[in-house]
Amino acid sequence: METVTSKQKEYLEQPKERISGSEAIVRCLLAEGVEVLYGYPGGAIMPVYDELYKYEGKINHVLTRHEQCAAHAAQGYARISGKVGVAMATSGPGATNLITGIADAQIDSTPIVCITGQVPSHLLGSDAFQETDIVGISTPVTKWNHQITKASQIPEVIARAFYIARSGRPGPVLIDITKDAQFEEFDFQYKKCTGVRSYKPVPEIDENSITAAATLINSAKKPMIVWGQGVILGKAEEELKAVIEKTGIPSAWTILGASAIPTAHPLNVGMVGMHGNYAPNVLTNECDVLIAIGMRFDDRVTGKLDEYATQAKIVHFEIDPAEIDKNVKTDVAVLGDAKASLKKLVSLLNTNSHPDWLQKFKDLYTIEYDKVIKNDLHPTAKGLTMGEVLKEINSQTKGEAAIVTDVGQHQMIACRYADFNVSKSNITSGGLGTMGFALPAAIGAKMAAPEREVVAIIGDGGYQMTIQELGTIFQNKVPVKIVVLNNEFLGMVRQWQQLFFDKRYASTEMVNPNFVAIAQGYYIEAKKVTKRENLAAAVKEMIASDEPYFLEVCVEKENNVFPMVPSGASVSEIRLE
Amino acid sequence: MGTEKQLYTISIYTENNIGLLNRISAIFQRRHINIESINTSVSEIEGVSRFTILVSMTEDQIKKILGQIEKQVEVIKAYYHNEEDTIYQESCLFKIKSDLLFEERQIQNIIKESNARIVTVNKEFFVLEKSGRRSELEQLHRELSAFGIMQFVRSGRIAITKDKLKITEMLNAFKN
Repeated sequence: METVTSKQKEYLEQPKERISGSEAIVRCLLAEGVEVLYGYPGGAIMPVYDELYKYEGKINHVLTRHEQCAAHAAQGYARISGKVGVAMATSGPGATNLITGIADAQIDSTPIVCITGQVPSHLLGSDAFQETDIVGISTPVTKWNHQITKASQIPEVIARAFYIARSGRPGPVLIDITKDAQFEEFDFQYKKCTGVRSYKPVPEIDENSITAAATLINSAKKPMIVWGQGVILGKAEEELKAVIEKTGIPSAWTILGASAIPTAHPLNVGMVGMHGNYAPNVLTNECDVLIAIGMRFDDRVTGKLDEYATQAKIVHFEIDPAEIDKNVKTDVAVLGDAKASLKKLVSLLNTNSHPDWLQKFKDLYTIEYDKVIKNDLHPTAKGLTMGEVLKEINSQTKGEAAIVTDVGQHQMIACRYADFNVSKSNITSGGLGTMGFALPAAIGAKMAAPEREVVAIIGDGGYQMTIQELGTIFQNKVPVKIVVLNNEFLGMVRQWQQLFFDKRYASTEMVNPNFVAIAQGYYIEAKKVTKRENLAAAVKEMIASDEPYFLEVCVEKENNVFPMVPSGASVSEIRLE
Repeated sequence: MGTEKQLYTISIYTENNIGLLNRISAIFQRRHINIESINTSVSEIEGVSRFTILVSMTEDQIKKILGQIEKQVEVIKAYYHNEEDTIYQESCLFKIKSDLLFEERQIQNIIKESNARIVTVNKEFFVLEKSGRRSELEQLHRELSAFGIMQFVRSGRIAITKDKLKITEMLNAFKN
């Protein structure tokens, strides 16, 4: 259960008091325990900003430089903390700019609440200045959304928004509030939402399905676990570890599942999917029981669906009933919360080990090491590799850092090679693949977990999609560490052009600005590394800094990320070169 | 099994909220599925709406669609049914020149035999209403077409299931 702080209590279930809708909004946020929100003011949300001004010191509003980044910052905040992130914007373009972040949060199940201003209710539908149908626009990418036109609706709707965003399979909620409702006065009182009658966030666990799952797992000769973000969202890391250690089952993760079990755990066999590790991809098509936990069989994980683990019995632990049989037909579906399900499961499992089966993973790892990893981490060629930058960051942060990545080659390299000792340490745009995600998400992550080292690793392409957030970092003194791996290309697209489009590099080459000068323009300490011998010292200086720091590393221009499951191929057809 | 396309009726019990129609139709639109007909109305429970949607798809597809529909926060419960599971009807209206009623004896017979009902008659036109199965409605349409139809409209399917749907129990369970 959630803990309610004494600060929250000041705003919870207090006697009714006559206040404006806009003040009510701020008090609702305080009652929900919101300490920081990200946003951008404008006409239709100005009454709320006026209240934020009055409540300064109680709630911290961070002005991002673009509304998209307010949503991404809220995501970063939510992903590292497990709490609900909040973003705010005005009507019209302010609201539409949030959409990319909302869509990202929807596909990656991130709890955020977005509050948008709207034109006064008597102007709705009149094509008023900065009017847009944001409820209509956001419908397909929100878990829930709602428009408020009367102040009296504010407390109940906002309470519901937070409840829906964080419960069950989390997701984004958008609340649109007309300007007249912000001005209107009413008798305010806040009660937290504890349920919605049409909404069942967590299915009840069917004991029979747990027993059936345990029977299959106990009889398996070559079982394999693939876990996803459901383990992290369900706070089931310890329970998963107990299952893995009791059964000795080799366990792999999806990109969003990364960090739930430490990288160095002997039964952690790496990442599945398009640029995942060789062994878990190949052996997906050899295992006899595949145990999927809190993952959704995304196409980037399964490759060609008709040839995905067809030999295996599939056990699927999942909170969202719509995911069962959506992509892969299961033999045993266990609906419910991951923590509770795994806790029940572990008591039914036999203590076991699978040394020969595990050895297969090790053998394939050796092949991957010789063909790929060695060259990525210990290159002999002159140019720097992205992998060796990760290796350096690993050794200097001792695997304790939260790694925030953007989208593309650097993302795959970071997820492949980053050492994770702590859960909730891999913050990336997985499902939507949103370039520009990392820099604003890193701001949110660092503010939610100031005690943690937060390193944003970004490509030169994605960096320039939200580079303006250097302003937010500077103004708010957010000590994030920014590493741009610059290969002067949109590297992943270029890689595909090389492999599948006969090297026709259409619009992937980038002529880049002086990134160091730009960072310095925002008064952020900055350095550029072009040679291997300078890398360690530069990373050391960056990590040692207590302030925001920008490090550009110029890497080999045309390196490729391998292994790779070509689009449309089976996972066992994974290529090493 | 489950891979052949057929007509299914989907019944969805929902909260009565603005925007839910958009949310539900978007689920079909996103998957490029054409809705044959859609009807929303009140249901037997106060404050609860009922959607009746007719689609042609495979059983595998419809199970997935149902999952997506039920996932919506304001959807209480969704079901899909075969033709055999439901009692269903459509309704249609014809506007026809009044002269024809007197000049063409045949029309009077058609009206009688089809069990259609005359809703209103005035000097210029009369309106005919017919409820029933699609085939009956289509047959009547064919027969009247020969004489000229001024306006025609047909409603979406509405359907009631033979089996009990335990919505009230579901809602009561939430209260406890």
